[in-house]
Amino acid sequence: MPQPSTMSSFSRTSSSTSVLTSPPATPFYPTSREYSPVAPSSSSVRSVSSSMAAVSSSQGVPLSSVSQETSSPVSTASRRKAITIDTMNPYLRRADYAVRGRLAIRADELREQLDNGDTSLPFKEIVNANIGNPQAMDQKPITFFRQVLSLVQYPQLLDNEFADKIFPKDSLDRARILLNEIGSLGAYSQSQGVPYIRKSIAKFIEDRDGFPADPNGIYLAGGASSAVSSLLTTICGGPETGVMIPVPQYPLYSATLTIANATPIPYLLDESTGWGTDTKYIASVVKNSIAKGVDLKAMVVINPCNPTGSCLSPEEIKDIITLAAENTFMIIADEVYQTNIYKGEFHSFKKILCELQRDVPGKYDNVELASLHSTSKGMVGECGQRGGYIELVGIDEQVIEQLYKLVSISLCPAVSGQVLTELMVNPPKPGDESYPLYKEEVDAVYKALKERALSLFNAFKEMEGVSCQEPMGAMYLFPTISIPPKAIKEAQRQNEEPDQFYCLELLEQTGVCVVPGSGFGQKDGTFHFRTTFLAPGEEYVRRIIAFHKEFLKKYS
Amino acid sequence: MPQPSTMRSFSRTSSSTSVLTSPPATPFYPASRDYSPVAPSSSSIRSVSSSMAAVSSSQGIQISSVSNGTSSPVSAPSRRKAITLDTMNQYLRRADYAVRGRLAIRADELREQLNNGDTSLPFKEIINANIGNPQAMDQKPITFFRQVLSLVQYPQLLDNEYADKIFFKDALDRARILLSEIGSLGAYSQSQGVPYIRKSIAKFIEERDGVPADPKDVYLANGASSAVSSLLTTICRGPETGVMIPVPQYPLYSATLTIANATPIPYLLEESTGWGTDTKYIASVVKNSIAKGVDLKAMIVINPCNPTGSCLSRDEIKDIITLAAENTFLIIADEVYQSNIYEGEFHSFKKVLRELQRDVPGKYDNVELASLHSTSKGMVGECGQRGGYVELVGIDEQVLDELYKLVSISLCPAVSGQVLTELMVNPPKPGDESYPLYKEEVDAIYKALRERAFLLFNAFKEMEGVSCQEPMGAMYLFPTISIPPKAIKEAQRRNEEPDQFYCLELLEQTGVCVVPGSGFGQKEGTFHFRTTFLAPGEEYVRRIIAFHREFLKKYS
Repeated sequence: MPQPSTMSSFSRTSSSTSVLTSPPATPFYPTSREYSPVAPSSSSVRSVSSSMAAVSSSQGVPLSSVSQETSSPVSTASRRKAITIDTMNPYLRRADYAVRGRLAIRADELREQLDNGDTSLPFKEIVNANIGNPQAMDQKPITFFRQVLSLVQYPQLLDNEFADKIFPKDSLDRARILLNEIGSLGAYSQSQGVPYIRKSIAKFIEDRDGFPADPNGIYLAGGASSAVSSLLTTICGGPETGVMIPVPQYPLYSATLTIANATPIPYLLDESTGWGTDTKYIASVVKNSIAKGVDLKAMVVINPCNPTGSCLSPEEIKDIITLAAENTFMIIADEVYQTNIYKGEFHSFKKILCELQRDVPGKYDNVELASLHSTSKGMVGECGQRGGYIELVGIDEQVIEQLYKLVSISLCPAVSGQVLTELMVNPPKPGDESYPLYKEEVDAVYKALKERALSLFNAFKEMEGVSCQEPMGAMYLFPTISIPPKAIKEAQRQNEEPDQFYCLELLEQTGVCVVPGSGFGQKDGTFHFRTTFLAPGEEYVRRIIAFHKEFLKKYS
Repeated sequence: MPQPSTMRSFSRTSSSTSVLTSPPATPFYPASRDYSPVAPSSSSIRSVSSSMAAVSSSQGIQISSVSNGTSSPVSAPSRRKAITLDTMNQYLRRADYAVRGRLAIRADELREQLNNGDTSLPFKEIINANIGNPQAMDQKPITFFRQVLSLVQYPQLLDNEYADKIFFKDALDRARILLSEIGSLGAYSQSQGVPYIRKSIAKFIEERDGVPADPKDVYLANGASSAVSSLLTTICRGPETGVMIPVPQYPLYSATLTIANATPIPYLLEESTGWGTDTKYIASVVKNSIAKGVDLKAMIVINPCNPTGSCLSRDEIKDIITLAAENTFLIIADEVYQSNIYEGEFHSFKKVLRELQRDVPGKYDNVELASLHSTSKGMVGECGQRGGYVELVGIDEQVLDELYKLVSISLCPAVSGQVLTELMVNPPKPGDESYPLYKEEVDAIYKALRERAFLLFNAFKEMEGVSCQEPMGAMYLFPTISIPPKAIKEAQRRNEEPDQFYCLELLEQTGVCVVPGSGFGQKEGTFHFRTTFLAPGEEYVRRIIAFHREFLKKYS
């Protein structure tokens, strides 16, 4: 499945912002395919150019008109397969998701070679630094969380004569409370999530922000990704819908928008100010988009940022909320890394919004905010359990009803993931039997993450032609690499993006899998890669350093 | 969220089938709304009539041309909310999902009243017969499954000195095997599912069907619903895409197709032959659809059937596969109730397909089949754990790559649900320590389901104006009810579908929540409701009988 990255590069050269007029050679919108988004490709059977007219009838879809411009009806019998690459959903085909894209697939192939005893490769193991998957590295789950999960899966343990010898009292207590509220883990819960768990989450948000939170505004989800997908499905009306996304961004957003046939409006983060948001510039992106007829519905903000690892200041957040209030667009605040903070402090959009609403009565009343959290990140790191939630503030009631309908079609998020979410937001407190161990485990995970971040950062500082912002948050570093002209030429010869070429070489030489910057989007003419700092040890860091030195030598 | 049901009624009067020309008063396609699917409603801000032209440019989306037909650009600040009912995704707005729709919401309200001590209601409890959620009734989980799930959540239990006293040996063994294959439940797995688990599933399919199955063809999912959504997202292009769905059908299909802006092509099941499929009639539906220019991509078959409880014969399945081979469409076989068989035998589409491929070389080679299974149904009944899979046979490789990309965007299905799927397909065998208890539990659940099915069926047989097919499979009965003209008038006065009116009255009088037939689709002029037979006891059945008698009396 070789998927050439399409979010390659952006320029921000003129003050009028070039977002919607990026150079034809490297446009934001995927253009490297030979088909158009809706009209079938040349190899497809027939034209559907009248389909828009067809569906706009209020009497439903008059099918007969779909084939109006067709010279002859489809002969399905003559085709080999009903579903082919040319006749499937073209929006899905256009979407790119580099995190599990070409590099990741090649890494899997190499791992299989190693597993099959191949000793010809220049490395002995694959390091998956392409994905924030801490427990696939050496991170251990928090004991209290797993004890409660184990007890709610097999409630007979609670009454077992050995229970007190195996489990701390607060684990047993919590499992009893949860079972009492949930019933069986095997029953569908409310589509929005178990009411008790939503109350716990609301309390957590209140304690975090110092402002009230409403359990009715909380929707549990199978990880934040699934919440994003539901939300974007709800708000996207078609290509006229614009959603601002940061560049670089986590490709979940661009991919989901592409599938929804909406228009991503990129706004560049400023590497020179530690990947901050430049309000004046973003305001001009908003203004230009609206002037060009885009129905700007939402802005995605990732804070702490994936892939850059930066954190927004309260002022930056205030400015974004003000822009949203003045231009009426929803803010989608991806705050899943809110406890992965290595420098400074996390400020939630909800808190700042509540402060603004308190301090400037009226102006911010209608701001629409969706804030995401997850059990996959932080010191929890339970990616495979698929827990998470979204808090919705200021959203129109009728729209909420439609979102509810959408999530109800998939019935409910996995209840075990909901339980884990409750445990994350309501962990052991000082005085609880589990607290000392819980504290020790969380501190150890935090310390390891911070040390690994700095160790990798220090390595990048030493490397020629590499520069990197100091780690502030999240699980990633996103260094700039200067790729020598000879290497760029070689990449072009191989029909690869230069950073993809660099990352493929890195993988083939060292077994370290990272994701090229082009998978996240980057400023025109710059090259980056994203690496997690989850892998233990310094050996893989040394391999990266040695590779880089060789690469520069080879192409100098 | 009052959602008037849109899949109301169908006529099958002429031999040419009226599927695509159903009477204007009750069309299949939702027509009762005042907006058109893509063009904004009258209250919306601007026209997007040129958006098709805009997106069909191969140079990407030319935003500037989106507003070609607009007299003035959008003034975002003038609107109160960015996302409103009129500006959100209109396909989602059109979708109906009656299982968790108006009746279910009213039932929740009544339950809350009861919980708050309201004694004015004519019942003391709500019976949720609207949804197949066995563990929310009195069904107990299978002990072996929960023991293993508990152990993999908290692997330290394996080394605990009391482990042998608490857990079956085979539960401990299985947990060890799974953990060594998976690693931590907290790590993302392969997006397609854990390889070992896919192997187990393939082995289960091989043993069930007596023909080979390939682990590469198996995709784990968060319940079958999520697999359906991924599959339909992959195949649907737009309104020209036709997907045949049975009537009555599980509304997951109509809702998902509506959201995907594809065209559902209904085919009626024949109540008089126990809700069977009439091949000649279905062939004419296929022929007419193709003649009318529909790009017929797939046919959904639910077997055993939700909501009718019927099972297809081997011949019916053969005929459907032959139709698919001759007309090149994908068969989506929803087989999640494959072990809920109370009379006769389950035949999988995969098995019948392989037999046809063996017996008639060539003709069936290209048949595309997707077969669904789930941990939510059968004797497992673990709805809240969200386990399930789809097996894909004969699908184009490039399309599989795209489906893989789609599922990789949400990273992976919950790993605990994957584990449960492994346990379902690979349960204890005779000789294993947990086998006797496993056998006892499964037999008891089966017996209870069968008894409850017949208890309810026998009650329906006795009721005036009610007729019902004998239960064969699944978890539901779908009786026809004749609603007196006076009641129909009263329903019209209240602007309700007659069967919705009947079900609402039933709920208000007895606390029993069922789903009106209009939520699944039914033949014109007939009325049904779907009820699960999961609730224990006879008391609720007596309440239904008494209500029905009163209802007839009141409106006679």
